Amino acid sequence: MQPVTQAGGSPPAGPLVALTDVHMAFGAVRALDGVSLTISPGECIGLIGHNGAGKSTAVNVINGGLTPTGGSVEYTLPNGGTGRGAAVARSCGVRSVFQELSLCPNLTVEETIRVPHRDLGGFGWRKTARKRISSALDRVFPGHGIDPGATVGDLTLAERQMVEIATGFAEGSIAARLVILDEPTSSLDSAVAKQLLDHVRAFCAAGGAVVFISHMLGEVFDVATRIDVMKDGKVIVSGAASEFTQQGLIDAMGHVAGLKAKAATSTGRGSHIGEEVLTTPDGLSARRGEIVGLAGLAGHGQAEALARFFMSRSAGLRHTRNPEVTFVAGDRGRDGVMALWSILQNLTLTTLPKLLRGGLVDRKAEVVLADDWRKKIGIRTDNMNNPILSLSGGNQQKVLFARSLASSAPIVVMDDPMRGVDVGTKQEAYEMIRQEAEAGRTFLWYSTETDEVIQCDRVFVFRNGQISAELTGTDISEENILAASFEMHEAAS
Amino acid sequence: MDNPIISTFVRLPQRPWFWAFLASGLTFFATFALTQGSGNGALLSAALTFASFSAIVGIGQMFVITMGPGNVDLSIPATMTLAGTLSLKYMGGETSMILPGLLIALLVGFGAGAFNYALIRLLRIPPIIATLSASFLYQSLAIWSNRGLRIKPPQALADFTTGSVLGIPNMTVVGILVAVVGWILLERTIFGRWLSAVGQNRRAARLSGVPVEAVNAVTFIGCAVLASLTGYLLASFSGGAALNMGAEYLLISIAVVVIGGSSIAGGNSNVPGIWGGALLMFLVVSMLNSYGFGAGVRLIMTGTIIIAIVAAASGRKASA
Amino acid sequence: MSAKYRILLPVLSLAVLLAAVFYLQPRTMSYFGLNLLFNLAVPIALATIAQMMIIMVNDIDLSIGTFISFVACVTATFLYDAPLLGGAILFAAILVYAAMGALIHIRQLPAIVVTLGMSFVWAGLAVLLLPSPGGAAPGWIRTLMTTKPPLVPMAVVACVLIAAVTHILIMRSATGTLLRAVGGNAQAVARAGWSVMKLKAGAYALAGFFGVLSGICLVGLTTSADANIALRYTLLSIAGVILGGGEFTGGRISPVGAVIGALTLSLAGSFLSFMRLSPDWQIGAQGAILILVLAVRLVFNRSGSKWKEAKNG
Repeated sequence: MQPVTQAGGSPPAGPLVALTDVHMAFGAVRALDGVSLTISPGECIGLIGHNGAGKSTAVNVINGGLTPTGGSVEYTLPNGGTGRGAAVARSCGVRSVFQELSLCPNLTVEETIRVPHRDLGGFGWRKTARKRISSALDRVFPGHGIDPGATVGDLTLAERQMVEIATGFAEGSIAARLVILDEPTSSLDSAVAKQLLDHVRAFCAAGGAVVFISHMLGEVFDVATRIDVMKDGKVIVSGAASEFTQQGLIDAMGHVAGLKAKAATSTGRGSHIGEEVLTTPDGLSARRGEIVGLAGLAGHGQAEALARFFMSRSAGLRHTRNPEVTFVAGDRGRDGVMALWSILQNLTLTTLPKLLRGGLVDRKAEVVLADDWRKKIGIRTDNMNNPILSLSGGNQQKVLFARSLASSAPIVVMDDPMRGVDVGTKQEAYEMIRQEAEAGRTFLWYSTETDEVIQCDRVFVFRNGQISAELTGTDISEENILAASFEMHEAAS
Repeated sequence: MDNPIISTFVRLPQRPWFWAFLASGLTFFATFALTQGSGNGALLSAALTFASFSAIVGIGQMFVITMGPGNVDLSIPATMTLAGTLSLKYMGGETSMILPGLLIALLVGFGAGAFNYALIRLLRIPPIIATLSASFLYQSLAIWSNRGLRIKPPQALADFTTGSVLGIPNMTVVGILVAVVGWILLERTIFGRWLSAVGQNRRAARLSGVPVEAVNAVTFIGCAVLASLTGYLLASFSGGAALNMGAEYLLISIAVVVIGGSSIAGGNSNVPGIWGGALLMFLVVSMLNSYGFGAGVRLIMTGTIIIAIVAAASGRKASA
Repeated sequence: MSAKYRILLPVLSLAVLLAAVFYLQPRTMSYFGLNLLFNLAVPIALATIAQMMIIMVNDIDLSIGTFISFVACVTATFLYDAPLLGGAILFAAILVYAAMGALIHIRQLPAIVVTLGMSFVWAGLAVLLLPSPGGAAPGWIRTLMTTKPPLVPMAVVACVLIAAVTHILIMRSATGTLLRAVGGNAQAVARAGWSVMKLKAGAYALAGFFGVLSGICLVGLTTSADANIALRYTLLSIAGVILGGGEFTGGRISPVGAVIGALTLSLAGSFLSFMRLSPDWQIGAQGAILILVLAVRLVFNRSGSKWKEAKNG
């Protein structure tokens, strides 16, 4: 197995990539507004900022995918020369691992590396491909258990993300010198995420460079040598990671609502909880007004349990007017957003059967309802008739919350709804969920983030598609949840 | 005061149906220029009549296509033929049987649509394959019931389908009525909203409480019923059902949907455009006829024009 | 797992149908009998492979039947009279296919409509070439199609050959993998710096190439052509890809399965005549067989995918 030191035997002097006063405009929207930053060998840059700050655009400029409308992006080739453009970026060893999965579900794991590795071809290419992906997987995620001959579509979300990350670090005709990781741990459980963080550190120590984007500040502190905070298309703060504190970063991003606010409100809950309203064959149960959390390592059957429950309670026409249960999607593009529609139409979809007059949709009532929720939930738009895609991810998520909460359904199912949502929006959503629960609604809430789960009234911990523990009251703590997720792992092995 | 009027005109080219009507108008005048106006009224009347047949099946096809990629009803020609054949046979030329005959035709459509949907649902196969295999069955049924006989429609019905009121062909009135109902259904009812949601993102629609299966069923049944209505009218119009009477309507039904500006990717449909596309399809053929082209050239030109229009229309969407 | 399932069912359905035919008509269990049964399978298999190339990149070709008719007309006229000119015409036709793929991609056009339009163009050209049935098959193709290799008939040998070649081309080679990647996730392919337009044009060109082969082989069997000779092939080829375990989207296809699907379909025709069905019902029975096979496929797929269903709704 190759050691990770392939990232340049004699690192060239100077930065790998230098952005100088980069501007990027999409029509009237200025996504980047004068960004200057350099990335040198051995550096791991933590790039943070809330949704719409321009991180994704910055990434696409750094990897050459987008040509900036102003300023320059210059790459330093291994031979010391410099150049610009996507092709130069590739030959310079710039690789990207994107937030949205960019694998081909119909190919096998070994075949999928053929797409980014342009040199693969000719007789016996398969063997080379298999060697590259397996050794990268072994290096980054020891003990991963992924068969290189498996079809990508049959893998779990976490496994797919692991393949994607491994592809980014895999050896090739052009060695990886700068790997951009955009929310790489969003679907990984903490043990696997830790393996990745370890590898990133080793990679940088060996002279590689990494741009690390994450909403999980703990991870950023864990690996970054330098942290750049973005806001409104600019890098507003930049400095060595040791200069920052978590609170300082959150303040810098522009949200005053800190992490501590949560703990304070978790007292005094429970008085409003009523009788049992649901039980499922899986063993889930919930009472009226209760917030029930589904925890455990990512991809261990929580989302499936929620989907099964939702499907069993929502089939048939009789449920359209008075739904028993509504669903808040976390994977917005796949499960939630109607891309062609306006914000208004997206918001009222579930409630529509109640907005009929004489068989037709009462459009006035629709506007009133949507406007109500715009104020209530704080959707940042001046016109509800704008297309839904004009909103930032966090605001789209608010629309999906409103779509569910506007209905009369007594049970709300949430499938990791805070995925990729900024801290400010999260705080607002937590508050809203608590209020709704006090008003008598029951929530089933799957989350990959432990600090969300510990706010629940009751927590079911999942392992291998089954419930491994049920925690209530003071038993709900990060330690207990982790213990329940891992304990059985050790027992099984 | 004139600001809204100007802006209406400026925005006109952005309407999805605008280009279909513009092209129809140009084609009409190209034919007009050649024939020096002789037989112009007849051309317009024929265009309106034949376009209404295309428009009615086209609206049905549009409902299906709106449900998203892979949703196309390939059984339209077979359903048309079967409905035309069975209803004419049942009526046996008797005027008193006109309404029962219509009922038979619509029942055939309902049955065909329900069968199509049952195949899609029960076998979980793509609609293209389901309607394709079902169309083989309908075609066989039509051949079996027809037995090469050509039964004439009742005289009153034949007169109705070929007649006109105040210069407007009766068929056009029927076609416009269907279009108006279709428009209300799509734009103003919850069904239209649900249909569009299913077309954009079936999974998200299901998770938002949209009764996806019901929408699916209604759409396929509705499409087949419109096809059977067209079969009934067309058979009466042309003096009897022929086994190949529906053949050309497969292409036409899809072409008018796309030319009319509906998105083949689903979720986005457009009723006025169907009429624009239907008129255009007929006028192009008659223009080529009056320029004296043979069948080969006519086919080539028809195909080229369809592709050109679709290519031009999609460019417009990209720039908007 | 799913990829391995994909090939099992087509093999089984072909075996069941073959067994039924052998049972009904034991005399077909011979060199001559097999030749008769699979006589027309080669052009259908080639047409199915052509259709598969298009389905591989998430499109569908509704013009393949008229295209093969056009090719047959060219083969029976130009390729017979003036082989060089005929070859040039057929080469140009493949280029038209590539251009069609490029156009569909550049302008983001719906393939259904573009190919439907092209079907008119090919039909028109075919009518111009051969207004009435006629022409003659070039000697070499006639010889090739009527060769009698030892042990197994030509049709079976050719089908095995087609399956093997396309399997290596599409499933094993690096380029084939890239083409399937376009069907799986075109965005990722583009992001890695490939030209999706060129790849799509390539897939269409391959479709055109196999369509040309299909037309030539068809004339080799029928010895003459007419403008409507292969109209059925559009529907047959789609059905063949599906029977062979291919899916409509996501680049999930199987060349071996497609050839088997084509064999199944051509066998269905013979099966019906052995059942002494009235000609009125022949078409209907073909539809019924298609439905039956799909129903069996459903039962097959159910066993393994309960979990996925709960997830995907």
